[in-house]
Amino acid sequence: MSMPFYVSPEQLMKDRADFARKGIARGRSVVAVQYADGILFASENPSQALHKVSEIYDRIAFAAVGRYNEFENLRIAGVRLADMRGYAYDRRDVTGRGLANAYAQTLGTIFSSGGEKPYEVEIFVAEVGDAPSEDQIYRLTYDGQVADEHGFAVMGGATETVASYLRERYAEGADLQSALRLAVEALGHTDAGDRVIPAGDLEVAVLDRTRSQPRKFVRLRATRLVELLGERGPEVEAPSSPEDRQPGSSPAGSATDDPRDPTDQVSGSVPPLEHPTTGEPPVAPPVAPPTAPPPARQPPPQPIDPAQPGEPTPPAPQPPPPQPTDPAQPGEPTPPGPPPPLPDPSEPPAPGTPPTDSGDPLP
Amino acid sequence: MSDSRLPASFMAPGTSSFADFLGDHQPDLLPSRRAVPTGNAGDLAPHGTTIVAATFPGGVVMAGDRRATMGNVIAQRDIEKVFPADEFSVVAIAGTAGLAVEMVRLFQTELEHYEKIEGTTLSMDGKSNRLAALIRANLGLAMQGLAVVPLFAGFDLETEKGRIFSYDVTGGRYEETAFHSVGSGSLFARGSLKKLYRDDLTAEESVMAVVQALYDAADDDSATGGPDLTRRIFPVVHVITADGGRRVPDADVAEIADRVITGRMQRPDGPAAELV
Repeated sequence: MSMPFYVSPEQLMKDRADFARKGIARGRSVVAVQYADGILFASENPSQALHKVSEIYDRIAFAAVGRYNEFENLRIAGVRLADMRGYAYDRRDVTGRGLANAYAQTLGTIFSSGGEKPYEVEIFVAEVGDAPSEDQIYRLTYDGQVADEHGFAVMGGATETVASYLRERYAEGADLQSALRLAVEALGHTDAGDRVIPAGDLEVAVLDRTRSQPRKFVRLRATRLVELLGERGPEVEAPSSPEDRQPGSSPAGSATDDPRDPTDQVSGSVPPLEHPTTGEPPVAPPVAPPTAPPPARQPPPQPIDPAQPGEPTPPAPQPPPPQPTDPAQPGEPTPPGPPPPLPDPSEPPAPGTPPTDSGDPLP
Repeated sequence: MSDSRLPASFMAPGTSSFADFLGDHQPDLLPSRRAVPTGNAGDLAPHGTTIVAATFPGGVVMAGDRRATMGNVIAQRDIEKVFPADEFSVVAIAGTAGLAVEMVRLFQTELEHYEKIEGTTLSMDGKSNRLAALIRANLGLAMQGLAVVPLFAGFDLETEKGRIFSYDVTGGRYEETAFHSVGSGSLFARGSLKKLYRDDLTAEESVMAVVQALYDAADDDSATGGPDLTRRIFPVVHVITADGGRRVPDADVAEIADRVITGRMQRPDGPAAELV
C-alpha cells in the first residue's frame, strides 16, 4: 500500500514526460523528407509486417515511433476517422490538419489525465498537396504538442544526430532518388561513423503527387529500393537495439536497476533524462537525501512504538536478522510489553529509504 | 475529460469492417438503416437499368448504359452506374439509383478501409461476400420497392482470372461463368451476349460485345438508354486485367459505338450468328 503523498503538478508532468520520452528514444528513427514530387518516409525496420509508416487516406500518411500497440491504436483510429469523414462528406474534406488536431487532442488528454499511462509515441501526419508549397508535415509528441515541420523531420532514436546530418545536406526540390539516398544515409549515420543499412531492412514509403490514382501513398519495395539506391558498399546489419528485444523480456535487456534514477525502470543505453543524484524522486514522500544509497535488505529496525519511547528495543542487535515480513515473531525472546504496531508486510523496509521502484510514474 | 479527443470506439480494437464500425458508431450514416414509412416507395426514385459483364482470357469487362428512369420519365440521361470498387474490382448497380450510389460508396470505403487497417486486400470471394452482407442489410428497403441489385466483377489475383458475381435482393451471391447481365434490359442483353460471346475474345473484342449487348437491350427495353449520337453519350465501360482496372476512355467507347451503329445501319438486328 502506498500512501497518497503530495506530488507537485510540475513534478508529475515531468515524470510522465520523462517516462514517455524514454520509451520513444529506445526505438530507431523515422525520417520524413520533402522532395519535388511529394514526401518520402524512411525507417530502418526489419519487420515486413509491422509497419511504422502507413496510409491514412488519399493524400495523408502516418508514421510513428515508440510503442507499437499504442501507435497502431492511433493509426486505426485515424483510418476510421478519415474514412468516416470521407464517407459522410467527401474525399476532399479529409485533411491532414483535422487529423493532426484529433491526434493532438487525444494525446494531450491522455498525457494530462491521471488515470492513464502517457502514450510512448511520437507521430508524423503528412499530407501531400498539389504543389510542394502545399505539402504539410505535422509532428505530434506524446503530450499532444503539434509542430509544423518543413523540408525534413526526424523522430525517435538518436533524433539529434540524424537531424543535424539532414540539416547540413538537405536541399529543396530534390528528386526521389537523391531524397531517398539522403534519408537512408542519415538513418545510417551515428556519431561513431556511417553504416550502410541493408535494403531489406528499410521501410520506405512515399506520398507521390504525380500518381494518377487518388490514393497517393506507395510503398517502395526492396527491389525498387536497390534500384534507386545504387551501389553503396557493403551492407552492415543494424546493431542490436532495445527495439529488437524479445517480447516479454525486461525493457532494455539489462536487469540492473539504478535506484537513484527515479524514472529508470531498468537502466538501458539511454542516459537518464535528469541527473541521477540531484533529480527528485517521482513521488515526494518523506525522503532521505537522494545521494544516500538505499540500505537495501539491511536488517530493518524494529518498528518503534511511539507510545513507548523509553522502552528499549531488545531484538534490534540480534545476529540473525529478524524476518521483516513476519511481525508476529520478531525474535525468540519476546520482550514483555505491548505488542509492536502491526507493520504492513508490503511496506517499504524503512521509512527513510528513497523509493527504488519507480516503474509507475503515478503515485 | 475533454470531449475533443477521439471517441473510445475509434480506439477500440476489433473490427476491420467499415460498415460494422459505422453501425456501432454512427448507424444513421448506413444506407440500410433508413426508416421508410410503409408503402411502396419504388415509383418515387429514379432507377438505374442495364448492366452487362463478360470475362475474357486475362480479365473481365463491365459496361452499363447511361439512363435512369422514373416511371415513364427519363430522369437522367448520363448517369454512371459502373464504379471501380478497388484496384482490381468493379461494381455496378441496377435498381434505386440513390441507394445504389450510396451503397457503392459504402462498399468502396469498406474495401479500402480493410486494406488500410489490415495491410492487405480482401480476396475476391471476401469482397463479394462483404457486398452480399451490405445487400442483405437492405432487404427491408427492398421490400418497399427500393431494391438494389448489384453486379460485381474483378480480377482474381490468386487464380489469375476474371470473375463475375451476381446477387439477389436477399443478399444471395451467385458466381456467374463467362457473362451476365442485370437490370430491366438484362434479358435482351443476355440473349444478345449468348450469340456474341466467345471465350477467346480479346479485351477490345469483349468491349465491342458488351456494347452490342447494351444496344440490343436498349432496342427492346424502353428503360435502357442506347448510344446518344446527338449528345455523344455512350456507355461506361471498365476493363480489369492483372494490371488493375481502368475505365475505357470515352473517345474509345465512342469509336466502338460508332462502329456498332455503322453495322446496324446495314443490319438493324446486329451481327448474325451461325446456325450451327
